[in-house]
Amino acid sequence: MAISQSLRDNPRLERWLRFEPDRTVRVATGKVELGQGILTALAQIAAEELDLRIDQVRILSGDSIEGPGEGYTASSWSVEHSGSAIRAVSAEVRALAFARAALRLNAAPEELSVREGEFLRGGTATGLDYWHIAPEIDLSAEATGAVAPKPIAEHRIVGRDIPRLDLMAKLTGSGFIQDIDMPGMLHARTLRQPGRGATLLRLDEDAIRRAGGGVQIVRRANFVAFAGGDETAVRKAAAKATETAVWATPRHLRPEQASAGWIAAQPSHDRRIGDAMPENAVDRLSIRFSRPFLSHGSIAPSCALALWKDGVLSVWSHAQGMHPLRTNISATLGLPVDKVACHHAQGAGCYGHNGADDAALDAALVAMELPGQPIRLCWSREEEFGYEPLSSAMAVEVHASVGTDGRPVGWTTEIWSAAHGQRPGVGGAYLLAAEALETPPPERKPFDIPEERGGGATRNAIPLYDIVARGIDFHLVHDVPVRTSSLRGLGATLNVFAIEGLMDELSARAGEDPLAYRLSLLADPRARAVLEKVGGMARWSKRGPGGTGRGMGIGLARYKNSSAYAAVVAAVEVDDAVRVTDIWCAVDAGLVINPDGLVNQVEGNIVQAISWTLIEEARFGEDGVASLDWQSYPVIRFRDIPEIRVELVDASGQDPLGVGECAGGPAAAAIGNAVAHALGTRIRDMPMTRERIIEALMRGG
Amino acid sequence: MSSAAVYLPPFRAKRSHIRTFGCARARRTGHIQSMNEHLTLTVNGHVHEIDAAGTTPLLDVLRNHLGLKGSRYGCGLEQCGACMVLVDGETVYSCSREAGTLEERSILTVEGLAADGALHPLQQAFLDEQAGQCGYCLSGMLMAAKALLDRNPSPTRADIVEALDPNLCRCGSHPRILRAVARAAAVLRGEAGDGH
Ligand code: FES
Ligand code: FES
Repeated sequence: MAISQSLRDNPRLERWLRFEPDRTVRVATGKVELGQGILTALAQIAAEELDLRIDQVRILSGDSIEGPGEGYTASSWSVEHSGSAIRAVSAEVRALAFARAALRLNAAPEELSVREGEFLRGGTATGLDYWHIAPEIDLSAEATGAVAPKPIAEHRIVGRDIPRLDLMAKLTGSGFIQDIDMPGMLHARTLRQPGRGATLLRLDEDAIRRAGGGVQIVRRANFVAFAGGDETAVRKAAAKATETAVWATPRHLRPEQASAGWIAAQPSHDRRIGDAMPENAVDRLSIRFSRPFLSHGSIAPSCALALWKDGVLSVWSHAQGMHPLRTNISATLGLPVDKVACHHAQGAGCYGHNGADDAALDAALVAMELPGQPIRLCWSREEEFGYEPLSSAMAVEVHASVGTDGRPVGWTTEIWSAAHGQRPGVGGAYLLAAEALETPPPERKPFDIPEERGGGATRNAIPLYDIVARGIDFHLVHDVPVRTSSLRGLGATLNVFAIEGLMDELSARAGEDPLAYRLSLLADPRARAVLEKVGGMARWSKRGPGGTGRGMGIGLARYKNSSAYAAVVAAVEVDDAVRVTDIWCAVDAGLVINPDGLVNQVEGNIVQAISWTLIEEARFGEDGVASLDWQSYPVIRFRDIPEIRVELVDASGQDPLGVGECAGGPAAAAIGNAVAHALGTRIRDMPMTRERIIEALMRGG
Repeated sequence: MSSAAVYLPPFRAKRSHIRTFGCARARRTGHIQSMNEHLTLTVNGHVHEIDAAGTTPLLDVLRNHLGLKGSRYGCGLEQCGACMVLVDGETVYSCSREAGTLEERSILTVEGLAADGALHPLQQAFLDEQAGQCGYCLSGMLMAAKALLDRNPSPTRADIVEALDPNLCRCGSHPRILRAVARAAAVLRGEAGDGH
């Protein structure tokens, strides 16, 4: 079995697996729970390989001291990276234990099996178990990758709907970082520097102390925070400070900068990726699509705890990677890395790089000023919307060169966007409050995630279809007035929306059914299978004539062109608004660890995609981001939830594929195509608001 | 339900904390604010004497004075429902309701749903449907659903949608939440126990 990157980076078995005195096995992962159910899936993998009950596995997740470093929990890599490492390590440890047990029992390893951690000989209990053998197994050895994991046919736990391990706590009032209480803990809130380079001219400390009785004011250069035992008072103090502080701010935002059109008009760093466009086309077709800036909109504002005690800074955070966080905090504070310990504690869903990492630095800064006192720092709702990184607005123009048979012979996806990957520590990116300190980190020209790691703005810009020449023209815009970074799906959402939109236009020109037209361009059997499956689920062949206010549309992608396949059909009704009535989705995720968990993820991704496609748009004002609450940044509600049906295509002979982001692009595309079918004319810009419906109808076909 | 443990740091919310440590701490750390203010609140059937100003938001009293961490801060603006509790059976946003206005009233939080160690049928139905991803919205969802089922034991899908519409879920768990509420309603009516 090949050794995964995670295992190469953390080769010792003991980093991953340890037998505990309470007769459980501790399995460590660098990946963290973000609501996607990853810890349950990883526990299943370990229990499967070791022949344990699921409740004999304890997961240690995101611990920068004891656990493996696996970077960030992002881009749907967790099952592919951490899962395959845990599978390999578990299989190897099992083999080592078998060898020892065979010696002890004077048996051949083939005679032995394991049930719930106990060795059986010829099916009979031996009284010997893993925990007896554990002292004789050298877990400080490095993984060899030489032991084959269990054949799929023998799986009992992988592939089953194991209930989420964390849900019980969350239904009974606990389970979140926000709930942690430590003796002597102080609550803290910040006064945010309104932008890089802003200088605090005046802070009315008396007014702040009057507003929040007993709070302490912590200040370091332009970083200011308030701490105290009474959270209500701390919140009032911070609100008063935000209201009364006087800043010299060199930069202001303008509302028009919040548009894809503005992005596309900026100077850019240009790059051609892939094949050149062929010259021999008989026809060319180009359409431009766009989407606005988006907020992650986590339901919980970011929160972190920190304690500076005995020369060690301990930080608890719900960010997506504890090893990177430790490196970033130690670099910002000038502490040796071994004096910083970062521990993951679960927060609300983040859907990408939000304020979580930044709140951790905030808490650490306060803790360093108030030694020995645990600090719980929580952002406000406005702070989360106003200061988290946004997902960049994008314009995408898709160009097809069409041959005599009405099929594309050349394809270019042309993209204008700011960077989608600016996680702290990557390419010089830093934690927010570093800008407020005495020596801010240097300004930088952000580069985007390279294509070999899935791309950022370019994610899924190469169509899956069999087209001879496929390429990307990427215009990366460096100079945008807000921080931009990853939101679930990154560039894929608009790229797939655009590619699939143009595919529908091409099929219409060829006078063919959109589903049949796509199949005629797809040799990949897995892509064909999800398309055919979803066509059957939605009774695509009964699709009406269109132009009637009701429509049906289809969208397809393989996430990152390397992860799970998803095909989606949407049914919509359009009057002065778009109403999605039904969604059907077929997914091929290879070997599925937890089918119900997978479906849950896909449903959530679809719901979010409906929200992005129809509703969401971040706005700018003079003072910064202007969409600062749920009224100015509305998202989907219960009344807009359609019937959603998700089915899996069986591909259990294939490697497991990341699934958490696979359906967003296809769902957006399916809605876009359904609206075009309903109206007889296409809306090319997200969100598809009332104004855009009217505009499209005025413009006509 | 499997009981396999997810490793958590060794501190958990103090669930049974009834003493008023919020203010005791304020006293210890010298942050004393209107100590003469005093509240009597009935939460989950227990009467609590609390040293806090009447203007303190109920959410802060629940979380920081009573150690009931299940009601959650999401916006503080009456816009998301993460903080939702029931007061005399009606849904209330605890983030912005002053605790002093609720003396003599009966407050129910998510911690008060389970009785005698058994989950409330709503909680059980959410587990059965695996209705939740991150789970941060779920306390509010459960309370909104409880208010609905108490006044309407046989809600239609449209009734459930209407009752839950003020509550946001950013993970997109809506389809499962709708199914879970319908399932709980059936169980409470004595229909369809199915399996659990
Ligand atoms: S926290 Fe009360 S409604 Fe959002
Ligand atoms: S489950 Fe995450 S917000 Fe609802």
